[in-house]
Amino acid sequence: MIKVDGIKKSFGEEEILKGISTTFDKGKTNLIIGQSGSGKTVFLKCLIGLLEPNDGLIYFEDKILQEMNDEDHRNLREDIGMLFQGGALFDSMTIEENVMFPLRMFTNQNKSEMLERVNEVLKRVNLENVNKKFPSEISGGMQKRVSIARAIVNKPKYLFCDEPNSGLDPKTAIVIDNLIQEITHEYDITTVVVTHDMNSVMEIGEKIVFLKNGLLVWQGSNDEIFKTDNDDVTSFVYSSNLFKKIRDIQMKEG
Amino acid sequence: MKYIEDIGSYFLMLKKVFSSPTKTSVLKDLILKEIDDLIIGSIPIVAFISFFVGGVVAIQTALNIDNPLIPAYLVGFATRQSIILEFAPTFISIIMAGKVGSFITSSIGSMRVTEQIDALEVMGINSLNYLVFPKIIALLLYPFVIAIAMFLGIFGGWVAGVYGGFSSSDAFIQGLQQDFIPFHIVYAFLKTIVFALILATVPSWQGYYMKGGALEVGKASTNSFVWTSVLIILANYIITQLLLS
Repeated sequence: MIKVDGIKKSFGEEEILKGISTTFDKGKTNLIIGQSGSGKTVFLKCLIGLLEPNDGLIYFEDKILQEMNDEDHRNLREDIGMLFQGGALFDSMTIEENVMFPLRMFTNQNKSEMLERVNEVLKRVNLENVNKKFPSEISGGMQKRVSIARAIVNKPKYLFCDEPNSGLDPKTAIVIDNLIQEITHEYDITTVVVTHDMNSVMEIGEKIVFLKNGLLVWQGSNDEIFKTDNDDVTSFVYSSNLFKKIRDIQMKEG
Repeated sequence: MKYIEDIGSYFLMLKKVFSSPTKTSVLKDLILKEIDDLIIGSIPIVAFISFFVGGVVAIQTALNIDNPLIPAYLVGFATRQSIILEFAPTFISIIMAGKVGSFITSSIGSMRVTEQIDALEVMGINSLNYLVFPKIIALLLYPFVIAIAMFLGIFGGWVAGVYGGFSSSDAFIQGLQQDFIPFHIVYAFLKTIVFALILATVPSWQGYYMKGGALEVGKASTNSFVWTSVLIILANYIITQLLLS
């Protein structure tokens, strides 16, 4: 479980996050949604420690991120898996080396043990016979799956995903969404996904946090988001013609 | 003001490079890879340039001395002095600022743009130690490259001088041995080590702290070459003033 209490973040005079408080539950896919520029990525970077908030506290279980010593920080980092928007796979390494990387850095396993675990997670993300390929030799969807494999290879407690569907076709995007949700339930981890994709909201949004201009304006589940009368949320949700048409059909049918 | 900030950021980077070391077994592999990329990979171009520039130095010297009072061994003497004191350590380093420096900046810059550095940081890895420290260690072998440049530069001078009919082999070799000051070798290798540190760290700083996309990676590589060259020339002047004057 991750608890966020009054997080504020500014760059110079510009206040990006204006005091966000919420909780991300264990064993659930928690989505942070909102328009571009709403502060989603900055919020995520604060959560994973790439940016330091100006104010507020972040709790990982009962430990406060800002008060952790170096060893606690290191231990926490080992418990975090991250799926970046572009995959962030290491170009100079093969797929196998990429997935093995966290094991080499943080465990004392021998090569055959590491290889066994690598093959296990690659199989889990439905990738086989790609071990010796380089990231540039596989498709964008496959890169995302490799990135998920790398994120979960060291059995993390927390999984963070930044726009996991960007640049993917709708069918592949659903595969990635479902994979994230399955892994969340299977490993019983706390997953936080930043997205602006309404399909992801529909597919995997067990808890949704809606940001606007650095403020949390609504939170709830993917069932509740279609029933809310919050204007900011409804204008975001029904900004696509597809969802507008679905809403019109539903209204006609009563 | 920006320059002062940049200098501060460069020294803070150096401090972080030497803290929170990467796991030894991983570091060993990284250092070997950097030796292959930065040192071994540079030898062919350094050898080619050194051999032919050594030859040109010998020919130019021979063509510009027509006074019979000037001893014949001057061709070998001038070639040795030019190659050992300046050409091999300084001008090969400028060439390396283009080859190795641009490579370092663009590879680290690309990692920044594609969030690979963020990925390292999220995993709790000191990305500066992981990326820059192995380059510094690898470039400690840089004097080996310069030794090759010295040898091949002088050998190129001998080949061009003797087989081009500008000098006899005996006179050239006499020139190589004439008034030889061993401290000149020490001076050359001392400045080579300073240049190696500049070559490893300045392009790394340019790549690590760049902002933007692919276009900015190109700009950072150009800046890296300019600033690495400027610092090598300045360091060369200061070291020469301190050690030889």
